[in-house]
Amino acid sequence: MRWLIAPAVLAAVAAPWLADPYTTATLARILVLGLVAASVALLTGVAGLPTLGQTAPFAAGAYAAATLALHSSSVGVTQLLMGASVGAAFAALTTPLVVYARGVVFLMITLAIGELVVTAASRWRSVTGGTDGLAGMPSPRPLWGLPILDTDRARYLYALAVVGVVLCVVVLLLRGPAGMYLRGCRDDEARMRASGHPVGAYLAIAYIAAGAIAGLAGSLLVTTQQYLSPADFGFDVAALLLLGVVIGGAGSVVGAIAGTAVVLAARDWLSGLLPGRGPLLLGALFIAAAYVLPRLRFMLRRVVA
Amino acid sequence: MRALLAVDALSRRYGSLVALDRIDLRIGEGERHALIGPNGAGKTTLLDLVAGAARPDGGRIWVAGRDVTRLGPARRARLGVGRIHQRPAAWPSLSTLDNIAVAGARRCGGYRRTLPAARQLLSAHGLPDVTAAQLSHGQRRQLEIAMALAGRPRLLLLDEPAAGLSAVEFSQLSAVLRDLPRTVTVLLVEHRLDLVYALADRVTVLRDGQHVATGTPDEIRASSTVRTAYAEAVI
Amino acid sequence: MNQVDPYLIPALDGVAYGLLLFVVAAGLVLSFGVAGILNLAHGTLYAIGAYVAAILSDGSWLALLLALAVGVGAATAGGAALSGMLAPVPRGDHLTQALLTFGVALAGGSLLVMAFGAENLPVRVPATVDRPVDLAGHAYAGYRLVFIAVAAALALALHAVVTRTRAGMLVRAAVDDPDMVACLGVNPERVRLGVLAASGALAGAAGVLGAPIIGPGPSTAATVLLLSLVVVVLGGRNGHSSVVATLVAALAVGQIQTLGVALAPTAAPFLLFAAMAAVLAARSHGLIRRWSPA
Repeated sequence: MRWLIAPAVLAAVAAPWLADPYTTATLARILVLGLVAASVALLTGVAGLPTLGQTAPFAAGAYAAATLALHSSSVGVTQLLMGASVGAAFAALTTPLVVYARGVVFLMITLAIGELVVTAASRWRSVTGGTDGLAGMPSPRPLWGLPILDTDRARYLYALAVVGVVLCVVVLLLRGPAGMYLRGCRDDEARMRASGHPVGAYLAIAYIAAGAIAGLAGSLLVTTQQYLSPADFGFDVAALLLLGVVIGGAGSVVGAIAGTAVVLAARDWLSGLLPGRGPLLLGALFIAAAYVLPRLRFMLRRVVA
Repeated sequence: MRALLAVDALSRRYGSLVALDRIDLRIGEGERHALIGPNGAGKTTLLDLVAGAARPDGGRIWVAGRDVTRLGPARRARLGVGRIHQRPAAWPSLSTLDNIAVAGARRCGGYRRTLPAARQLLSAHGLPDVTAAQLSHGQRRQLEIAMALAGRPRLLLLDEPAAGLSAVEFSQLSAVLRDLPRTVTVLLVEHRLDLVYALADRVTVLRDGQHVATGTPDEIRASSTVRTAYAEAVI
Repeated sequence: MNQVDPYLIPALDGVAYGLLLFVVAAGLVLSFGVAGILNLAHGTLYAIGAYVAAILSDGSWLALLLALAVGVGAATAGGAALSGMLAPVPRGDHLTQALLTFGVALAGGSLLVMAFGAENLPVRVPATVDRPVDLAGHAYAGYRLVFIAVAAALALALHAVVTRTRAGMLVRAAVDDPDMVACLGVNPERVRLGVLAASGALAGAAGVLGAPIIGPGPSTAATVLLLSLVVVVLGGRNGHSSVVATLVAALAVGQIQTLGVALAPTAAPFLLFAAMAAVLAARSHGLIRRWSPA
């Protein structure tokens, strides 16, 4: 699969010159959601904590960055830092809720957290604009002194650069001891403890780091979409991300982005196919994926072995 | 001799079953101490309690003069309590080298600093560098030992290390245990009495959670109480 | 008296709301605790019951009984169908189970909207109780009092089943130790079928009876699923007190959703958060660890 990365990066860079502005904006959105999916893969695949709640720090980071964009700073980097730190802070605050849970209990608690955040976002009108959403965030300039990102192409390339940098950092970290330790926790937690590893602390750090990535993606959403509503962070988004991660191979952070791209493309294609029947077809897609994917993975493994 | 492991009136119950009944034990630094007794005597329970994998219902445990009774398994491992499990349990998705390095990392200043020692252990135990899931049973046991040694334990708990080994593997294991430096204190649970008598400085006999006798291998072999204890259990 | 007075009605509403959530959450605990399945379509089964109630109700008791029979039957069948769909998925594969049940929830919700429209449907309650009752000087909806009585009876019955019958004993043992069911030699396929059908029946009954409180509409399934999830998280699963703990949690969530909203209108979701945080933080490591499969 590795040989695919270079052409994929090339295609991603060339895309805004080949596609119309609307498609470019859609691609930017896919990049942003792909980054959230990478944080889901970090928890679900690498650390073994299946999550439906990464939309929560995603939302927290997005609303924080939007508030910053509306009221003070229009510099991209400060917005990214704002999003990441609020996402991390949100995760740190919710760590006691999740860190002792595993498996299906983790899935359930994170789902409840994600849903509560959406509910809170639709009620807290003064900050989030409620269900009407929040609009009018100006386009930022990436750094002090650089020009404003005033086209879809510029915003897309900005998102691509940020996502690329974050992904490289995450992949490099996971190749090192941090990745070993997290995979060790996933494989056999008791054995990690018996070797002296503080499993709870590792998982808490992974959870907070995933929160920071999702929060950073949230601030990127403000830049690329320039509009926020609670629907951007709903349960269906969380489920789509999880499906993308499973398609991408669960343990692979890069695969998560590819999987999310596939899932989002399939969703848009399905809702264009039969207008108004999108959710029905999407539901069918989930059901089909649940049956096909494990078999596919099994077959792939046999082909490889 | 200073006691590296001290156990005072240690008790553990499972419901109405008393698995360990107020056991006292002193093991000196560098000593090889074996725990024997019929099935259900409480040997593995005692190892679990010392490693922190289970909580006692009463009594105290000291390691190197420190009261560890309330510490979790990770804290005890960082103090130098290592264990070789009855069923070898590596991290299946990591390579054998990474398994050894991760197992030793917390006692040796991190994963990267453990790598050289891990490479040595890998070749010393004749292990290939593949993912742990691909190993045979005998290789897994070798890996388990290498993982325990990577953490440079002060106290090594061995839970039936000879179970299910071939004759060749058994003699390899005996050699590894014999060559352990005297900086490592060993508490061994084993059914193979030839290994026990060859290795142990002192032996403790347990039965039904009760302490029966402690002594040198010769004393234990000669003791009539021990023989009756075993014989009754067998009958 | 005067200071308590304005909050009497929301507090009573909270009891009704809480009992409703208890019945739904009990179904969720059952499928989750015994079969290890997080059923994301549980809210959809409630919605089926609620739609049946809206379609069949005409203000007579007979219609309500008919709706109860049809609604419980439909939701039970739905639960059984879900169990059949889950059959090829390995027991520990939570991700695939979640994807599958979410797909069912999404498709099912879409089918319900196609069949019944995107509006919230009104539900008629039996005429004899469709009037205000005088309660300490306040007018209170008669049906809600009836609902409180019926749901409380249902809760008592559930408690009795779980603590006094053999099946209940098995359920409790299985919740305590998921591997135990396998050891008993009970066929896991049949356990899953029984559990999901029973949990569907509970959701269906709650849907029919609770339709006048949380009515049928496009967002019903999601609301019910979320609130019952919070109840399950709050109630935890500490062995014998499981039913009681779930009931207490459900009543607390009910109060937060009604009395809490009356006292501090914007704070309800934050209050749910705070409650979850407080409970999970207070419950120490050990108890939670018993929850986890490992």
